[in-house]
Amino acid sequence: MKLDLSGLESTVPHFGTSDGLSHGFPTAPSFDLPITGDFDGFQKEAIQMVKPAKGTTTLAFIFKEGVMVAADSRASMGGYISSQSVKKIIEINPHMLGTMAGGAADCQFWHRNLGIKCRLHELANKRRISVTGASKLLANILYSYRGMGLSVGTMIAGWDETGPGLYYVDSEGGRLKGTRFSVGSGSPYAYGVLDSGYRFDMSVEEAAELARRAIYHATFRDGASGGVASVYHVGPTGWTKMSGDDVGELHYKYYPVTPSTVEQEMGEVSGA
Amino acid sequence: MSIFEYNGSALVAMVGKNCFAIASDRRLGVQLQTIATDFQRIYQIHDRLFIGISGLATDAQTLYQRLVFRHKLYELREERDMKPETFASLVSALLYEKRFGPYFCQPVIAGLGDDDKPFICTMDAIGAKELAKDFVVAGSASESLYGACEAMFKPDMEPEELFETVSQALQASVDRDCLSGWGGHVYVVTPTEVKERILKGRMD
Repeated sequence: MKLDLSGLESTVPHFGTSDGLSHGFPTAPSFDLPITGDFDGFQKEAIQMVKPAKGTTTLAFIFKEGVMVAADSRASMGGYISSQSVKKIIEINPHMLGTMAGGAADCQFWHRNLGIKCRLHELANKRRISVTGASKLLANILYSYRGMGLSVGTMIAGWDETGPGLYYVDSEGGRLKGTRFSVGSGSPYAYGVLDSGYRFDMSVEEAAELARRAIYHATFRDGASGGVASVYHVGPTGWTKMSGDDVGELHYKYYPVTPSTVEQEMGEVSGA
Repeated sequence: MSIFEYNGSALVAMVGKNCFAIASDRRLGVQLQTIATDFQRIYQIHDRLFIGISGLATDAQTLYQRLVFRHKLYELREERDMKPETFASLVSALLYEKRFGPYFCQPVIAGLGDDDKPFICTMDAIGAKELAKDFVVAGSASESLYGACEAMFKPDMEPEELFETVSQALQASVDRDCLSGWGGHVYVVTPTEVKERILKGRMD
């Protein structure tokens, strides 16, 4: 039994009829479905078995000079920290970034898939896909799997012909356009810093520092976030990585510890 | 998530040559949310006896208050400090009293006996004592602590080396646990002095 995904196939008009470019890349991937009468029950158990690594802080915001994207780098399974060096900002193409929250495999696979689709769009139409279009491509795929246990919470950030673009897309089918988002277990803490420090007319440096600080504060309060705070900037010429700071060191940069002075030194009793 | 891991904790005690060290993390959280990073988990009972209580913080504090009460009564009646072995039995008895509705705690007891012989022990929530000659661990980072201590422990360490070993083991372990860390607290106890040190650590 196979899941029929023919309805998802791209309706974008291709130049030329024999599409040799996408050879070997099915336009819509298909996955084997389990042979069972009780699909929902099976699904429920299966989700428990491949419990996705959760616990993340990611954020992105639009400002004067483009889009700033930042994330932590921790992967946890329950209370155990399985990695402190995960790449949660996925480079879709030189002008577009995706962030990763929720299931690591789901995010990685579908971002790569989106990357392929964006490249094919570029070859077929001789121009880069818009952020709006790319995010909708992803949202439509995720919606077609709704209820089947995918776990994706992502932001698609980039620069296209209309300027900077930012969308939030999740596996429940949601797709929101906005100027400021944060996703993951640490997002409430990140929003706190982000909302209080945000101004549209920030410089690139100011924006990078705000993003870094927001991630740092989230890693401090949220047990499931930590590691390295990486910051990316997307401008008219594409994205650049601004920084990757170990938050272990960042804490003592923001809050230097001065060695406590000894209040009273015990002295020898003279004479007696 | 287990009720023992509701607040998060890491505790370790290690034996050296005529000395011992007991160390803990400093985090108090509610599940994944960090509430405080200056929390005390290790309590001093008398000059050379310490107890660290991992697990549910509210039960740990209640248990500690009852232990202080019982220890004071003992001191008044006997006019001497309690031996670590006796104190361990007292903790065990108090825990078993609540056999069918236990304190959600795993204590670690460390002390120096009359002949300066170090004593360390841990027990489960209902008072089953587990004595050890080398080290004991407890808390949400206990699995990592077992690994770190197993690899780093050497018999008959001097106080300074013991401090270094315990601190390294603690720090390495809490860096693999979401629910503990945010600094460390180490006591090194020798027959003549108690050294208390606060460790800087990763604050994530």
